[in-house]
Amino acid sequence: MARRVSTSTKVGFTVLAWAVALLIFSPILWTVLTAFKTEAEAIAAQPTFFPQNFTLENFGAVQDRSDYFKHAINSIIVSFGSTILGLIIAIPAAWSMAFAPSKRTKDILMWMLSTKMMPAVGVLIPIYLIFRDLRLLDTVHGLTLIMTLINLPIIVWMLYTYFKEIPVDILEAARMDGAELWNEIVHVLVPMAVPGIASTLLLNVILAWNEAFWTITLTSGRAGTLTAFISSFSSPQGLFLAKLSAASLLAIAPILLLGWFSQKQLVRGLTFGAVK
Amino acid sequence: MKLTPLFVGAMTLALIGSASAQTLTIATVNNGDMIRMQGLSSAFTEETGIELNWVVLEENTLRQNVTTDIATNGGQYDIMTIGTYEAPIWAKQGWLKPLDGLAADAEYDVDDLLPAIRGGLSVDGKLYAAPFYGESSFIMYRTDLMEKAGLTMPEAPTWEFIGEAARAMTDRANDINGICLRGKAGWGENMAFLTAMSNSFGARWFDENWKPQFDSEQWKNTLDTYLSLMADAGPAGASSNGFNENLTLFQQGKCGMWIDATVAASFVTNPNDSTVADKVGFAQAPDNGLGKRGNWLWAWSLAIPASSQNAEAAEQFINWATSKDYLATVAEKEGWANVPPGTRTSLYENPDYQAAAPFAAMTLASINSADPNNPTVDPVPYVGVQFVAIPEFAGIGTNVGQLFSAALAGQMSAADALAQAQDATTRDMTRAGYIK
Repeated sequence: MARRVSTSTKVGFTVLAWAVALLIFSPILWTVLTAFKTEAEAIAAQPTFFPQNFTLENFGAVQDRSDYFKHAINSIIVSFGSTILGLIIAIPAAWSMAFAPSKRTKDILMWMLSTKMMPAVGVLIPIYLIFRDLRLLDTVHGLTLIMTLINLPIIVWMLYTYFKEIPVDILEAARMDGAELWNEIVHVLVPMAVPGIASTLLLNVILAWNEAFWTITLTSGRAGTLTAFISSFSSPQGLFLAKLSAASLLAIAPILLLGWFSQKQLVRGLTFGAVK
Repeated sequence: MKLTPLFVGAMTLALIGSASAQTLTIATVNNGDMIRMQGLSSAFTEETGIELNWVVLEENTLRQNVTTDIATNGGQYDIMTIGTYEAPIWAKQGWLKPLDGLAADAEYDVDDLLPAIRGGLSVDGKLYAAPFYGESSFIMYRTDLMEKAGLTMPEAPTWEFIGEAARAMTDRANDINGICLRGKAGWGENMAFLTAMSNSFGARWFDENWKPQFDSEQWKNTLDTYLSLMADAGPAGASSNGFNENLTLFQQGKCGMWIDATVAASFVTNPNDSTVADKVGFAQAPDNGLGKRGNWLWAWSLAIPASSQNAEAAEQFINWATSKDYLATVAEKEGWANVPPGTRTSLYENPDYQAAAPFAAMTLASINSADPNNPTVDPVPYVGVQFVAIPEFAGIGTNVGQLFSAALAGQMSAADALAQAQDATTRDMTRAGYIK
């Protein structure tokens, strides 16, 4: 039975939700507004809220200095490539951990997660040397590879928790009907876990899209993604705030649209298994 | 499988990216002069057919990236933008190619480079990086407030005069601070200012045996003078002020004096950004009559890592970007006020430049009075005016900077800050093997 909620509580919560949402959104809004200001207006001592002299010149200047589309294509290849590669490895791994666990499964899961606890800079030099020797520096496939490795623990963990929610009986029934392991995973498990796999995919695409440390360190112009694109406009002397905002807006636009269109899927996936 | 086309696409794109004609990869810092160079560089490509691949980064990210690459012999870059801190350290490590071609080129005229800057970029007489622009620090002051206080700024004042003037100019009721100085912690932030200041007090970071000197009377005088000056005449919350914050304060008319980088002169005198553009005077950084002034020396410079496969083309580009012709090109296209300053004697002899930049003479005097090879009153084993050119300094300098910033914020006394600085630095230098 639905709980009865008074109108004043409803209004209160609505206002609160809007306040929190606006608070979280305000830096992005500020970036969007600044992108359409002139450089002088962007750093003015008395800041203006709406652009007084609306201009698109920052976008032109940004594109002149750095090729947006090249970086955007790199971002798409690296984020989707690494996530799909990660899923190909993680789906069988999560299957075995969820449905055929051994004595050490829990330890392996913890160990995988522990690799995320080390600061990335701790392994910078070894990775850099390996990349140098394998000639992977500043290549899109090198970056895809490192991004796969970075996000693999999260992908495995997410899939593992989704798979655990699926009744093992269904898989057993498929096996009774003579399904081989491959068919069991592809035709029974995966279709049932689609919401989970989709949200894993989306979340890891976003993580790979926003990754900055390795992208900036391991690339020098050719394989740079949009995070490298943004960082090339960041300056400690605050001289190019409007251009930096324009670059940021261009960089987040594709992923913002993707998130917008797939938000139902994302929410469903993230709360998957919360209600039984 | 459905995924195959995606991967084939990825590989193809990557291969296309790596197979092209001679291309130089240039890592540089994101500031106005460098962006202008990037904009003008198509002329170089047209002239030579050499393509340029630009990696523009914020200063700290750039430093981390190029250091990782050069220390591992990674070979990602053909030209790196480095400062006077890195140049001597990297040259001694054998990480940089000497720029012998430039020195031999009569048209390039290496003798035209300002001696102080050239000295900071050379090791054993060999040039390892070519300066793109150089700076020192000096005093920028409000002529109207100075007059109101009944004082006249000498061309080369003493710390005593600065103390007197700062206190006289301070008008708390009208939110005017007599002096704005850096307080934000960092080896390139407050320690750049304080190390340069300490030189004029006769202090030094290390004696000839690399023993830290924070327990000396000279360091005590430096820090006491700085703290009392800031307490009496500095802005509120100064311990988080760096270059930008002080620039904004000065442009808004809230500082009587500001001692900082000479490049700031063009910002504070630009009427578009500054409310006090027509009331700014310049003077050399103060001294105490000991023969050293409290000004620093820095040059963003172009160098070729030893791992570059395109050293010849790289040197060709550096020649182009740091030549007299480049300065003339910028002047022609953007005006003399926008020419990268602080590298060549001939620029300061040019009447057009002198007319466009009223601070030119004072900038030159400041650069010339800094000597990175002989920075202190007493002898030291290191090179560098506002830093010590050893790899450990970035860490040690930032540690000490945090202690001094805490003292400025009132979280500890000057004596405690100095004692802790002495202990921490002694420990780090012992660990690094300098102190046996």
